Amino acid sequence: MSLDSSADDFVVFDHVQKSYDGEVLVVKDLNLNIAKGEFVTMLGPSGSGKTTCLMMLAGFEVATHGDIRLGGKSINNIPPHKRGIGMVFQNYALFPHMTVGENLAFPLEVRGMNKSEREAKVKRALEMVQMGDFAGRRPAQLSGGQQQRIALARALVFDAELVLMDEPLGALDKQLREHMQYEIKHIHDNLGITVVYVTHDQSEALTMSDRVAVFNDGVIKQLAPPDDLYERPENAFVAQFIGENNKLLGTITGREGDIVSVDVEGGMTSKALAVNCGGVGEKTMLSIRPERVTLNSDGPNGTEALVKELIYLGDHIRCRMTVSGHDDFIVKVPNAAGHQHLVVGERTKVSWQTEDCRALDA
Amino acid sequence: MAPPVSNMTDATQTGPVLSADGTPLKRSLQKALFRQKMRALALIAPLLIFVLVTFILPIGDMLFRSVENQIVSATIPRTVVALETWDADSGESPGEEVYAAFYWDMAEAVEAKTHTRLGGRLNYEMTGLSSLFRKTGRGVSDIGEFYMDQLADLNDEWEEGAFLADALGAESWVSAATDAAANDVTAPAFVLRDGVADALPLTAHIYSRFAAQTLAEKDSPLEEDPWEAVYTALYQDLISNPNAASAVSPAAANLFTDAAAAVPNFENIGFKEQFIDIDKDWDDPEAWQTIQAYSSAYTAGYFLAAMDLMNTPDGIARVDEDERIYIRLFGRTIFMSLLITGTCILLGYPIAYLLSNLKVRHANLLMILVLLPFWTSLLVRTSAWKVLLQQQGVINDLLVWVGLVADDSRLQLINNQLGTVIAMTHILLPFMILPLFSVMKTIPPSYVRAAKSLGATNWTAFWRVYFPQSVPGIGAGSILVFILAIGYYITPELVGGTSGVFISNRIAYHISTSLNWGLAAALGAMLLVLVLALYWIYDKMVGIDNVKLG
Ligand SMILES: Nc1ncnc2c1ncn2[C@@H]1O[C@H](COP(=O)(O)OP(=O)(O)O)[C@@H](O)[C@H]1O
Ligand SMILES: [Mg+2]
Repeated sequence: MSLDSSADDFVVFDHVQKSYDGEVLVVKDLNLNIAKGEFVTMLGPSGSGKTTCLMMLAGFEVATHGDIRLGGKSINNIPPHKRGIGMVFQNYALFPHMTVGENLAFPLEVRGMNKSEREAKVKRALEMVQMGDFAGRRPAQLSGGQQQRIALARALVFDAELVLMDEPLGALDKQLREHMQYEIKHIHDNLGITVVYVTHDQSEALTMSDRVAVFNDGVIKQLAPPDDLYERPENAFVAQFIGENNKLLGTITGREGDIVSVDVEGGMTSKALAVNCGGVGEKTMLSIRPERVTLNSDGPNGTEALVKELIYLGDHIRCRMTVSGHDDFIVKVPNAAGHQHLVVGERTKVSWQTEDCRALDA
Repeated sequence: MAPPVSNMTDATQTGPVLSADGTPLKRSLQKALFRQKMRALALIAPLLIFVLVTFILPIGDMLFRSVENQIVSATIPRTVVALETWDADSGESPGEEVYAAFYWDMAEAVEAKTHTRLGGRLNYEMTGLSSLFRKTGRGVSDIGEFYMDQLADLNDEWEEGAFLADALGAESWVSAATDAAANDVTAPAFVLRDGVADALPLTAHIYSRFAAQTLAEKDSPLEEDPWEAVYTALYQDLISNPNAASAVSPAAANLFTDAAAAVPNFENIGFKEQFIDIDKDWDDPEAWQTIQAYSSAYTAGYFLAAMDLMNTPDGIARVDEDERIYIRLFGRTIFMSLLITGTCILLGYPIAYLLSNLKVRHANLLMILVLLPFWTSLLVRTSAWKVLLQQQGVINDLLVWVGLVADDSRLQLINNQLGTVIAMTHILLPFMILPLFSVMKTIPPSYVRAAKSLGATNWTAFWRVYFPQSVPGIGAGSILVFILAIGYYITPELVGGTSGVFISNRIAYHISTSLNWGLAAALGAMLLVLVLALYWIYDKMVGIDNVKLG
């Protein structure tokens, strides 16, 4: 194992396992390499072990097994305060008895920086998050969004190369959250820092990240850039978890190279990309994004569908229908000029391309 | 045509806003709020009454008692008035008229047996007055006897209760009283004969008092010997009004005429001389100065005494060096309470920290241990301390065995200040731990984590981030412990010996042993003021908003 830290493995989780009680593995064999300057998001349902991973990286939890390396050095035995990792907590953890300025000066103070240098840095950090005038306030006098900015500034003020954020926007309302997503991304791009970001909000993960690690039950289900993740999910969990997904259960009846033929329960057959499925005779789950389904029989794979429900959403109409016995099949009909007007109870055709249909693990 | 006016603009127009039924909105709101307030009041009324009766009133009574001094003016009213004109700085005892007034006061007080209580009260201000009053109480009857004997020398009838009752009482009353005596029932209330009050004013007054008290004791003035003071009054009255005989009953007129003729030749000794005869201290202006100084209905004397001060003719001065106990005791109480608060913080903080970081199950177990002192009876606890702390006790044995102390120099751990500190720290520790615990419980671990992630060592993270947030708990615990400690009584009494007692023990002593309630009340009031003052200082320094009980 070489100790030189190539830019591609600035942070390395090497076969990391974690158990709190000695019975259940909360993190099961985690392997993750994060490059310098990368923005990696850990996305997953609550309880899937994201925070635990972050805490192990920050040094507040000890890995039960495996090695965590930062810049090529194993940090298992380095106490948290010597790791030099910036961290933004979900509740911000701004020290309530200190002013904003004192909060920001704290990491500089414990590093023995002199006062004038400290003040300059605090000022710069505050300006970076557009909070220059708030140094004298107490955290309690700030709104949630402002506290969030201060927490961010505090994690950045001591020039940490790696910043961890655990659901930093979870407490904000939607509009502010979207604004802050943009700002965090902006700061990341400007400073060139490495960010490990935790969220359970998939749109946040997709919009901000260079790569997303989808967690489930202590395992990374897929690690990929956002577009890959959405368009090329590798397993049923990711397909279901990210975005909206139509699933059709069936049995593989034949295989030609990358293409499999599937007998879908309920009568229809479809060809699909063999992404993550077994051989002939095995069960599979077909995944088709709603926007890739068309309301005609142009595609190679198609069948009859019964319209069950229509929801008007302005730019498109969400249509729930029964397809081959699956009554939660969603089609998005764009509200384009001259689009087809459906009515509930109507029978129509649906079809899709073989490349848009992915055969995944059942 | 007028533009249409909507309801909305109606409401914003000037003038009172009306509610739906036309009454002004403000009034409707007040009515609604009033009902709410009344309901709230009804809910807290039982507690309010309870607190009023068991807390506010007793404290008010205590504050009142600490300045109340009506016993002097109530027991010797004439003396108080007569003393008003006496110049206390003259260096001479007062004139005859003061002694005369004092005689009449004492004559009544002795019969009512209130003179000893007065002596007891004045003894707080000047030692020796209690016994002086007791002695004088026995002596005043001799003064009356002196005149009684001289009247009896004229005629034995003078000594008969029936004779005087008949002479001075109204005829209707005398016959009613005679009937009552025959039927063995109590006589009706005494009524003076017409004209007696004018002719024999002193006699009429004191005889009426005698009759009233005799009747109150279910005896008949016809059968009881009159008070000796009645004869002193007769002597005085007959001297100043030789024609008094015309006012008394015809049957007694002869004797009164004889007596009036004889009294100018009676042997007479001035009251002043008589009192000095009883005890020469009455010639000393000091006793009179004390009576004069404490004759007003309200006095600062108890408070002066509580501050080791006293009223002297030259103004307020400190008492003798060896009698100054209260200020020292207050100082000791404050000092030791602070010490106990300090030890409680030192011992309680780590426990509370541990408690707040343990798993619930373990925390509960530890909490039970913390609360154990509450659940053991005081006697069990005290005997346990005695067993542990005495010189032949477990701890000393252990220290000797280990070799830390020599067998002949065992530590004195109980019956001194150290004993009080140890025992009270033990008792009050939960009052420190509980508020600390509940405050620490609310400090999220993310603060310390944040501090560490920012580069702070464990100690810095604790001291700069965790500790300041636990200060409200320290504040709450300290106030609780300190205020409980400063008024603590039973533990210092049991394990404090003589050097480890608190001001409360002195208060208890004055309440139950010396019966000087006024001083006890003044000490209590000072303790109250002290606590309030410290509370105020604390509020200024720490801010009472910073105190959290959870
Ligand atoms: N300190 C802890 N002690 C015991 N179990 C824990 C602790 N922290 C987390 N867990 C458990 O570990 C699992 C993963 O938790 P966490 O990493 O917080 O998930 P996430 O952040 O993805 O929601 C959960 O089942 C949680 O109950
Ligand atoms: Mg989490």
